[in-house]
Amino acid sequence: SWTPSRKHQRTSGPVEVTVRDALNQAMDEELERDERVFLMGEEVAQYDGAYKVSRGLWKKYGDKRIIDTPISEMGFAGIAVGAAMAGLRPICEFMTFNFSMQAIDQVINSAAKTYYMSAGLQPVPIVFRGPNGASAGVAAQHSQCFAAWYAHCPGLKVVSPWNSEDAKGLLKSAIRDDNPVVFLENELMYGVPFEMSEDSQSKDFTIPIGKAKIERQGNHVTLVSHSRFVGHCLDAAAVLAKEGIECEVINLRTIRPMDVESIETSVMKTNHLVTVEGGWPQFGVGAEICARVMEGSAFNFLDAPVTRVTGVDIPMPYAKILEDHSLPQVKDIIFSVKKTLNV
Amino acid sequence: MKTMLTVISNALCRITGKNVGAQTVPEGARVAVTRNFADFTPQVTFDIKKCDLHRLEAGPPVKAELTREQGLQYYRTMQMVRRVELKADQLYKQKIIRGFCHLYDGQEACAAGIEAAISPSDHLITAYRAHGYTYTRGVSIRQILAELTGRKGGVAKGKGGSMHMYAPHFYGGNGIVGAQVPLGAGIALACQYRGNNQVCVTLYGDGAANQGQLFETFNMAALWKLPCVFICENNKYGMGTAVERAAASTDYYKRGDFIPGLRVDGMDVLSVREATRFAADHCRAGKGPIVMELQTYRYHGHSMSDPGVSYRTREEIQEVRSKSDPISLLRERMLSNNMASAEEFKEMDVEIRKEVDDAAQFATSDPEPPLEDLCNHVFSNNPPLDVRGTHPWSKLKSVS
Repeated sequence: SWTPSRKHQRTSGPVEVTVRDALNQAMDEELERDERVFLMGEEVAQYDGAYKVSRGLWKKYGDKRIIDTPISEMGFAGIAVGAAMAGLRPICEFMTFNFSMQAIDQVINSAAKTYYMSAGLQPVPIVFRGPNGASAGVAAQHSQCFAAWYAHCPGLKVVSPWNSEDAKGLLKSAIRDDNPVVFLENELMYGVPFEMSEDSQSKDFTIPIGKAKIERQGNHVTLVSHSRFVGHCLDAAAVLAKEGIECEVINLRTIRPMDVESIETSVMKTNHLVTVEGGWPQFGVGAEICARVMEGSAFNFLDAPVTRVTGVDIPMPYAKILEDHSLPQVKDIIFSVKKTLNV
Repeated sequence: MKTMLTVISNALCRITGKNVGAQTVPEGARVAVTRNFADFTPQVTFDIKKCDLHRLEAGPPVKAELTREQGLQYYRTMQMVRRVELKADQLYKQKIIRGFCHLYDGQEACAAGIEAAISPSDHLITAYRAHGYTYTRGVSIRQILAELTGRKGGVAKGKGGSMHMYAPHFYGGNGIVGAQVPLGAGIALACQYRGNNQVCVTLYGDGAANQGQLFETFNMAALWKLPCVFICENNKYGMGTAVERAAASTDYYKRGDFIPGLRVDGMDVLSVREATRFAADHCRAGKGPIVMELQTYRYHGHSMSDPGVSYRTREEIQEVRSKSDPISLLRERMLSNNMASAEEFKEMDVEIRKEVDDAAQFATSDPEPPLEDLCNHVFSNNPPLDVRGTHPWSKLKSVS
C-alpha cells in the first residue's frame, strides 16, 4: 500500500504505515546508518523479498549489502554468524521460521552461546528475522510458532512485534544490539496499516528490547499477549467493555528477556490474568508467564488461577474450518475472561 | 484395503495402457475408449536424444519403442495432469483453494515418463510440486482436487492440503525443501533391508540441489549402495532465482560426485521413460544409487503467489510452450506416424475436461471435514487421548 515519501512527512503528524513498510524503513535506515549492516537470505534481493519486506533495498544498496542465497539455511545461517563474529552486523532472513529448524544449530550453538563460552571475548551481533507462526491455509509444516523454542535459550534475545511502531522500533533496536536477536514477524500482519506517531518516523526512533507496552488500561483483568493476538485481545476488550468488564491489555513486545514486572504490576491491580498466544500450550509463553507469576510478588494478588489461551495442541490442519478452530478466536478470549472472573 | 487395490489398479492401468475404469474404480470415471482401427500404426521406434553421462560407460538406449496403446495412455496421463493443474489455477483465483499451490504444468512428461518405467510396488517421493505425482501414483483426481479445496473427501481428509498428499508407496508431498531426499534414501534402505528388489525414486528440484542434506544423503546412499534413484527436476528456477545465481555448478547430474549420473530431456516422455528404466535397472542390479537430471520447465510461477515474470520473460515461457510442450511433442509424434487420429485426441481432450469438471464439482460441493476430526491422527495405534483446546475448559478428543 502507498505510504508518503520522506519529503512529505517533515511537517505532518501521524501517518498510516503497514507493518511491511515499517520493517522496510527500519532496515533501510539501519543500512544507511551503519555500513557493517547487511541483509542475507532467500529472494531478499532481486525478488524484493518473498513477502516484499525488503522491496527496493537491493536496487538502492546493491549486491554487497543485499545478498540472495541459495536454498541452504544451515549454510547461510552459519555464514551470517561467522560474518557477525568477524565484526559485521548481518540481518539473516529465514523465509519463514519453519525453515530455521534447518539452521537451528547455528542459531543456538554458534550464535547464542558464544559470548558466554568465550567469557566475553566474542560477541555475535546478528539478527535472525522472518515470519513466524500461522498464516492462512499453509498447513502443518509452515505454521509453527517458534517463540517458546527460541526463548528457552539463554544468550538469545527474542522479540515479537505486533504493530508498525513495534516493528520499526524493535527491528532498529535489534540491529543495533550487540547480541543475537531472533525477530519474529507475522505474515498476516505485514499488510495491516497502523498509525505511526510523528516521533516514530524519526531515523533515531527505537523501542527498547525487554519492555512491554500497555496497549489498553483496565481494572478487572490483565490480558497478556504478543504479535497478532494482541489485536485479538483488543477486540475482545472492546466487546467486554460493553458488559462493564475493563481489560488491561499488555503487548509483551519482547519474549526474552520478558518484562515480568509489567505483568506483575498489572496483576496486582486487576487480580486476574489471562495469557493469549498462537503457539502450542505445552512449555509455551503462557506456561512461562504462569510460572513467573507464581514465583513472584503478584501471586498473592490473584483471585483465580491464571488462564492460558493458546493454539490447539495439534499440528496445523489445512481445511479452513479446522484451521479456524486451531487458533484462539476472539470469542475464546472473551469466554476465558469471563470464566476467570467467574461471571 | 479396497481403496488401496483401486489405487494400485489405477496405477497399473496407466502403465500398461489398458483401459482405466475397470470395475474396481468406484466413482464412475469415464473409460478411455481406444478404437483399434486396422489402419493405425500399432508400434513405432523413435529416436531419442542421447543423454549426457557422468561416471557411466553406457547410458540408456537412443531408441524408444512406443505402442499405440502406450502413446494414448501417456497422452491421457499428461493431459489429465495438465487440466487438473489449470483447474487448480482457476479454483485458486476464485479463492476456493487457499494457502500454497505449486503447479506442475509444463513438467508432465517427467511424472508420466517415470511412472511408465517403474511399477506400483516401487516407491516414489517428491517435494511440494506434487499434484502430478499424486495422480500417477494412483490417487483419483476427485481426491486430489477435494484435498486442494480442503474437503473431507480429499485424500488426506482435508487436513494436509496441496503439499501433503499420500498414497501407498507414495510418500508425498513434502513442504520443506530438500527434506524429502534423506527420506527417499531411507525408503530405499527399507527396500534393501527387505531384499524385495524395489527401488525408491527420490525427486527434488534445482533449488533443493543446494541443500546440505542432499550431500549427506548422497554419501550414505553410495556407501551403503542404497537402491535410490535420485532425480533432479531442473526447471531452471528456484522460486525467483535462476540456476546460475544459486549454484556454482549447474550440472546437477554431476552433483552426486562419486555417484554416476545422467542428464535427460525432461520434455520428452519417452526419454524420461528410457532413462528411468535404465536408472532403476542400475539400482536393482545392486550397483548403488544413481542421479538423473531432468531438464524441464514450469509454465506457472513458483506458486500461485508468484506471477513468474519478474525473473524470466514472457517470450521465454511462450517459446517453451510452442517448441517443447511435452503433450504437443507426443501428439505430433503419434500423428505424423499415423499412430492415432486428430479426432481421437480431440475426443480424449473433451473426455478429460469433463472428468476434471466433474471432479471439480465434487471438490467444491463436498463438505468440509467435521470438527470432530480436528484432533484425530496425532498418534498412530494409540488409545484415545485428550487434547487441550484453545483454553483449559476446551477438552477435545483424539483417536488414532
